[in-house]
Amino acid sequence: MATASSRNPVLYRRRVSRGAKHLMLIGFGLVMLYPLLWMISSSLKPEELIFREPGLIPSEITFENYTEGWDALAHPFSYYLWNSALITVLSVIGNLAACSLAAYSFARLNFPLKKLWFALMLGTIMLPLHVVIVPQYIMFAQLDMINTIWPLILPKFLAHDSFFIFLMVQFIRTLPRELDEAASIDGAGYWRTFFRVILPLCTPALATTAIFTFIWTWNDFFSQLLYLNNPDNFTVPVALRTFLDSSGESSWGPMFAMSIIALGPIFGFFLAGQKYLIRGMATTGLK
Amino acid sequence: MVDSLSLKKPVVTPPAPARGSGPVVNRSRREALAAYAFLIPWFVGLFLITVGPIVASFYLSFTNYSLLEEAEWVGLDNYVKLFTEDPRFWASLKVTAIYVVVSVPLQLGFALALALLLDRGLRGLSFYRSVYYLPSLLGGSVAIAILWRKIFGADGLVNAVLGLFGVEGTSYVNNPDTALSTLILLHVWTFGAPMVIFLAGLRQIPSSYYEAAAIDGAGAVQQFRSITLPLLTPIIFFNLVLEIIKSFQSFTQSFIVSNGTGGPNDSTLFYTLYLYLKGFKHYEMGYASAMAWVLVVIIAGLTGINFLASKYWVFYGDSK
Repeated sequence: MATASSRNPVLYRRRVSRGAKHLMLIGFGLVMLYPLLWMISSSLKPEELIFREPGLIPSEITFENYTEGWDALAHPFSYYLWNSALITVLSVIGNLAACSLAAYSFARLNFPLKKLWFALMLGTIMLPLHVVIVPQYIMFAQLDMINTIWPLILPKFLAHDSFFIFLMVQFIRTLPRELDEAASIDGAGYWRTFFRVILPLCTPALATTAIFTFIWTWNDFFSQLLYLNNPDNFTVPVALRTFLDSSGESSWGPMFAMSIIALGPIFGFFLAGQKYLIRGMATTGLK
Repeated sequence: MVDSLSLKKPVVTPPAPARGSGPVVNRSRREALAAYAFLIPWFVGLFLITVGPIVASFYLSFTNYSLLEEAEWVGLDNYVKLFTEDPRFWASLKVTAIYVVVSVPLQLGFALALALLLDRGLRGLSFYRSVYYLPSLLGGSVAIAILWRKIFGADGLVNAVLGLFGVEGTSYVNNPDTALSTLILLHVWTFGAPMVIFLAGLRQIPSSYYEAAAIDGAGAVQQFRSITLPLLTPIIFFNLVLEIIKSFQSFTQSFIVSNGTGGPNDSTLFYTLYLYLKGFKHYEMGYASAMAWVLVVIIAGLTGINFLASKYWVFYGDSK
């Protein structure tokens, strides 16, 4: 690290302090992740050992918690996983389709009142959900959509998450305009330009949108608690919550086991899509 | 921001596009039509699930609507009741305020400190970044809230560790004095998201500034105070505004840790949890709407104050 040494000539001290820094960072990281690691290790311990051992290495490994937790609720856990997956995948598709269409318009096309609509779009980014949730609930209730997945996915197909419109607008604006013009000269209409030229180039922004939508929807508790009251429609978060009710304080092992399974997909997407997550956050500050 | 969007007029206006369309007027009309067509989903959403509900919610806040009965106009009754007759409203406001005031600065403090440690060519940067960022993705989930409830429970992890030192603890989530602190800790735990934004901000600072300062004999502390901190203030401000808005709306943690009650003794009764209980457990939807509008006013007010105050401490460099 030449730049570092040019700032501080005392190389040796530098190296020692760098070593200390790494030690500190690793130690702190361990403290941060300890609860997670503990949950994983606890899920593999027999129930009675969980709270006697604060350490990470189980003295005895069992998968009992997983088999027991899988069948502890009204349906096998796979049922809730499927419900969650369905809503999540549809949400991702909805956000990708609706937000990219809107973003292309805002970023590339000229139309009357554009500034007004764009300002409104930005304004809705920061809008607290609670100010619309009561009338939304009433509306979906009147449409007889409570206990269906519609209240959860319809807003995505209507580009309700304006975050992502903004994200894609920002991205499309970095693409050279000559591309559009070339497409136009080749006879492509607006739809073809969007679909064949802009959209393929937007892959990074689309990936960021997809990953964030996936994680947010998978984690979302409030709307799913609100709209899904029937155990037949429960998703993973709502099902996990019923563990607290049905099993009281006794069966933490199975609850931990199912919690690990619930976190699994997020962890997977995090590993697979880190690059897009970090880049998306850094450019727009969303989380 | 809006201004910067208004697209510069095309550098070259192709007078006769190959599409074979006629005059320019025609073309711009077609462009507008296409734009509005692409925006149809968004427009439907804007009016049906955003603007419409906003108006409806405002109206409902002056009624006693309850989903089962017709709405009846009650004037300012809901608001009067909120502020004068509802101790739980004040309790929830207090809990949320403490949560925001304590956890946001702590969270941003950690985020900034770690970002500074990780900056500038540290080996393994992306590894550390991932490790610290992971909790931000998981922190809002039910699974983590359940874990938290157990870590700070009577026979949880914290007490197991304390037990090694011979200290006997009680349940921290069932004690009104400590329950909120556990939620604050959970929020601080998710400092990774603002940290990533800080890191991106740090990367924007030209290293020539530091080199020049070093030549002038400025030490690390002085470099931090005269270069890093001032140039980072816009990012700090951005994170501050965002985190305040977000943490005012926290729900899941409070719901799970207190199992939907806000207890013990309303010590974890977040504002949004109380709103949920009022609107969707007791079906007092008019009342809940009034609460929502109070929340909007609080958030808008705080954000406004933030922007006003930013004039005194946020440094926007020389905007060329």
